[in-house]
Amino acid sequence: MYRYDEFDRKLVIERANQFERQVKRRLSGELNEDQFRPLRLMNGLYLQLHAYMLRINVPYGTLSSRQLRCFAHVARRYDRGFGHFTTRQNIQYNWIKLEETPALLHELAAVEITGIQSSGNCVRNITSDQYAGCAKDELADPRKYCELLRQYSVLHPEFSYLPRKFKIAVTGSPKDRAAVAVHDIGLRMHRNEQGEIGFEVLVGGGLGRTPWIAHTIRKWIEPEHILSYIESILRVYNLHGRRDNIHKARIKIIVNQMGIDKYRELVEAEWQRIKDSALKVPAEEIERIDRYFAPPAYAKLGDATELLGRQRKASREFDRWLDANTVEHKVPGYRIVNLTLKALGKPPGDIDADTMDAVADLADRYSFGEIRISHRQNLCFVDVRQDQLHELWQALDALGLASPNLDSITDIICCPGLDYCALANARSIPVAMDIRKRFVDVDELADIGELKINISGCMNACGHHHVGHIGILGVDKRNEEFFQLTLGGSSDQNASLGDRLGPGLPQSAVPDAIAAIVERYKSLRSEGERFLDTYRRVGIEPFREAVYGKDSEKAVA
Amino acid sequence: MALIRDDQLADDDSRLLTDDEALPGTGKIVVSLARWQKERETLVARKAPVGVRLKSDESPEAIAADLDRLALVELEFPKFRDGRAYSNARILRERYGFGGELRAVGDVLMEQLHFMLRTGFNAFEIAGPDPLEQYRTAKAEFSVWYQPTGDGRPTAISLRHRMAGNRNER
Repeated sequence: MYRYDEFDRKLVIERANQFERQVKRRLSGELNEDQFRPLRLMNGLYLQLHAYMLRINVPYGTLSSRQLRCFAHVARRYDRGFGHFTTRQNIQYNWIKLEETPALLHELAAVEITGIQSSGNCVRNITSDQYAGCAKDELADPRKYCELLRQYSVLHPEFSYLPRKFKIAVTGSPKDRAAVAVHDIGLRMHRNEQGEIGFEVLVGGGLGRTPWIAHTIRKWIEPEHILSYIESILRVYNLHGRRDNIHKARIKIIVNQMGIDKYRELVEAEWQRIKDSALKVPAEEIERIDRYFAPPAYAKLGDATELLGRQRKASREFDRWLDANTVEHKVPGYRIVNLTLKALGKPPGDIDADTMDAVADLADRYSFGEIRISHRQNLCFVDVRQDQLHELWQALDALGLASPNLDSITDIICCPGLDYCALANARSIPVAMDIRKRFVDVDELADIGELKINISGCMNACGHHHVGHIGILGVDKRNEEFFQLTLGGSSDQNASLGDRLGPGLPQSAVPDAIAAIVERYKSLRSEGERFLDTYRRVGIEPFREAVYGKDSEKAVA
Repeated sequence: MALIRDDQLADDDSRLLTDDEALPGTGKIVVSLARWQKERETLVARKAPVGVRLKSDESPEAIAADLDRLALVELEFPKFRDGRAYSNARILRERYGFGGELRAVGDVLMEQLHFMLRTGFNAFEIAGPDPLEQYRTAKAEFSVWYQPTGDGRPTAISLRHRMAGNRNER
């Protein structure tokens, strides 16, 4: 993985020092809260319902065991012993004291981790495919470009006060695990006829109160031009994006107001002026970064088909876990292992300090000391020897991290909701936990198959409800919490926004509604058909009827 | 309010005129874009230095053809959160090659100074106690630059590969 050089190191230390001075000036009253707010936000510090929340970046989801141990230390020393992984490859701590944040940020800086621009109206953490570098279907490892973009975006002098936040995601694989179509900019790698790598550039995707699937602004850009092209997109946005209304300030609004063709025209005109400037990425810099992402020292192995076959036969649990939670690796003899943070009785994405330490130890033993974070709030070990899978599975099982539920109905994305968040309308975590409780039979999970539920506690959509196969949105109606269901959303390469099923349901009715949808799906599906595909084939009506009964038309009105 | 220009405290020798104020016979003045566009010839004929103040939603393109007649361009930050003037500053310096005084006015806070310096501003109207000290602290806060902006500071990439600084140096 990438390691800081002298420049990177110096910058994060200077940044931590700067924030230390700003906190001092805030505590002494020299800065008022209005002036301090954007400064703390650009270091990831939010003021929530009960305390400060600190959001830390895991750039493109790649983490070392040393960094994870530091997260555990921070959880113990500065928080209440746990952290929460989010949909943007961030970790959040919920119980932070303002006066302790400078020391905390210095400790993180020492392991090359920051909260820089994890909030604020600037370019946020650059996110990517959690399987980057290892996925069998990948064209090339996207992380060198992510790192290039990380550096480019950090403390950008022109783009630190954009109209609104700005999220960039990159995928190197045609199977999109990074949800690039619902980002302000999405980069989708392609290979041309000459075998060269380039990117399709998407712009104007996003969720929130005006969800939108991104437009393709350019079908092909060479890697050496990605910085100048992104700078052109950002400059047009900085100058033309709306600043009169916070709810209309994201790039998707101006792109749609102007029309993608007009927006493209402005960007292309700007790009012609700057494409051959110093923003053109020197090949030696891409090579320099690429060296950090050289593959680890894989052993020369064949696939352990026979051994795994025997182990599968001996243990039904192992067999199920292997099917559900592990993924093909590009190198023979290895497999990608997912650790879902969706255990029974726990909020999705939460992990305590002791478990973090234990996961770091397992990463050292089984996966070259590296951990990945997925936007679905799970962890992965991406380089596990097939002949060690059984051993690792036992260790994970002992930690409660071997639930065979990846991408299943209980692998739920969920925002922190009204239990923590100052913006939320409803408690999303209890809904996730109720659904988790409802589907405990692992054979049933396997039978239902891939069914992604995404839950947000308000229309800001941190839980990506619009792109859940089933989306659940918490709303407040006269001080009561209701939950609106949407069906048919997806954030992959065939991204779509969910359709609203009907009126909001009280919290207690949600698990039954989900169960009714699942039963209807089972009765409608053809052999091997996923929920999403059945939905796309049959439409919303059968599901509406399953939840609201024969009078469903009235329910919709 | 203090003026810092080229790293020093400076006397503000210019006067901002309102749109209906009579033109003074002598002295450096600054006018709005609207007045500049209406009275350009009279203003130039005065034979004293003149500058234009652009609001954050006014494009530098509007004065691009006039830049060699302007001693000073002021870019306004109506609120520190409005970041348009950073782009406008770079457009003036890098696209149009403006070499005169580029002054940040309005809600100019210490925290934004290093961004302003990097985007091409060389003059700042700053409020608050000890503005020069604030300015120097802010300027010294960072010594690593990832983005080429035309301000001449070598980027991390150029230093890593011992390249000859920024190619679009002004």
